[in-house]
Amino acid sequence: MQQFLDTTLGGLVLGAVYAAFALALCLIWRSTRIVNFAQAAMAMVTTYIALTLINADVPYWVAFVAAIAAGFGLGAVIERVIIRPVEGKAELNAVILTLGLFMVLHGLTAITFGVQHRGFPAPVSTNAIAVGDSSIGITPFGILTIVVVAVVMAGLVVLFRFTDLGLRMRAAAFNGEVSRLLGVRVGRMLTLGWALAAAVGAVAGMLIAGGDLVNPAFMDPFVIYGFIAAVLGGLDSPLGSVIGGLILGLSLSYVTGYIGEHLAPLVALGILMVVLLVRPSGLFAAAAARRV
Amino acid sequence: MFAVEDLSAAYGPVKALNGVTFTASRGQVTAVLGANGAGKTTLLRTVSGLVRSTRGSVQLDGKDITRTATEKLTSYGLAHVPEGRGVIAELTVVENLRLGGLHRSTGSEPMPIERIFELFPRLGERRDATAHQLSGGERQMLVIGRALMARPSVLLLDEPSLGLAPRVVAQIFDLLRGLVQTEELTVVLVEQNARSALSIADHGVVLNLGKVVASAPAAELAADEQLRHAYLGF
Repeated sequence: MQQFLDTTLGGLVLGAVYAAFALALCLIWRSTRIVNFAQAAMAMVTTYIALTLINADVPYWVAFVAAIAAGFGLGAVIERVIIRPVEGKAELNAVILTLGLFMVLHGLTAITFGVQHRGFPAPVSTNAIAVGDSSIGITPFGILTIVVVAVVMAGLVVLFRFTDLGLRMRAAAFNGEVSRLLGVRVGRMLTLGWALAAAVGAVAGMLIAGGDLVNPAFMDPFVIYGFIAAVLGGLDSPLGSVIGGLILGLSLSYVTGYIGEHLAPLVALGILMVVLLVRPSGLFAAAAARRV
Repeated sequence: MFAVEDLSAAYGPVKALNGVTFTASRGQVTAVLGANGAGKTTLLRTVSGLVRSTRGSVQLDGKDITRTATEKLTSYGLAHVPEGRGVIAELTVVENLRLGGLHRSTGSEPMPIERIFELFPRLGERRDATAHQLSGGERQMLVIGRALMARPSVLLLDEPSLGLAPRVVAQIFDLLRGLVQTEELTVVLVEQNARSALSIADHGVVLNLGKVVASAPAAELAADEQLRHAYLGF
């Protein structure tokens, strides 16, 4: 029972991070129909920016906000400079570009900061919380992770459901030409979509790095896991991405806890295969009436 | 007044519009007719800046809007309802309408959504449905209602009858006729269905291979048997 509770809590924390990452992928997919393979590398860069600030004695939360702002700027610049020129061309072009970007960001970070592992601080304790004489499988930082991801998600829901800006962004993503005819500045909305996604990715990066070691490759597993979570829930659906992230986090945590850590990647790929075979559009795909 | 003068456009080497000139008066429906490929849709797309014009100009109440960015046209009072019932299928009826009102004609009062539901009671009943759940007729009502949310003075409609049952077409054309009077609209109605279009239009312009071959009061066009056989198919 104790072990079940521990693995479940651990899985929820892990799942929250996957969810944030899947959400970032989903935002970009929805607005530009591109799977952004550079997402992890972009988050890695913003995390390094935060680390540099923290090492220069900037308070943790200021660095946290700076990472989000850096992500926002990086996402906007990448959309304008790198993605915009291939928009409307074959979708593979943009995907290859994001893969290239992944490698470039990797290389640049390694050149600038070195490839050695560095410790990354956490704003709260990363030791398991004690209840009586035993400890349960969650840390204050784990709780913080879940709370932060929940806040980010709630913020996005409010933005997209209840604000005019969110309505413009959704319209631009769903039907660019009609939106332009209605006066929406579609290009600006797509840039904003990338910027928001990268900001969410930056948050995920900070949560993954907290209390752990970082090097330029520390986000790489999330290229795969975030993608699986997003596909599991349906790349089109933000809610689906979040639930996909939680399902993946829990599954991997149970596999790690009960069978063995080494099986986790295999199970993740297994889940991906099953989803692609059985429900290629994901668990929460919108009705099949897209592109009417 | 809405005036198109000598407007030309091309897709690569193919001339799609060749010196099209006509005017559409306030409070009137001007039908643009012609066979498939005559350039009707291209005409509207060029006016909206979705296709670049190679020559000519478009004037709206004396203002030259030829090179104005597509996104700015609603603020000048021009609404373009594209072919194929351009609802945004993933958004609800209310969201589609709200979107239409976000960038309205400069200086105009916001249009209450309830007013659209008075015009199209059917939409009010389905306000929270997503647009892809709507029937063809409901979608056409939605795109017209959405265009009205921007308080346009000129409404460009591309084939509103496409794929609709004759009864629904008649209903929508009736509504349109009423709107022209109550809202003081200038309507440019592109139609393949020439017979229905001429029945509500004041003026007709006939295109063939990107050129204007006839421009006359609607009744006159409808009475010209030769023209009807040659270009209008009835």
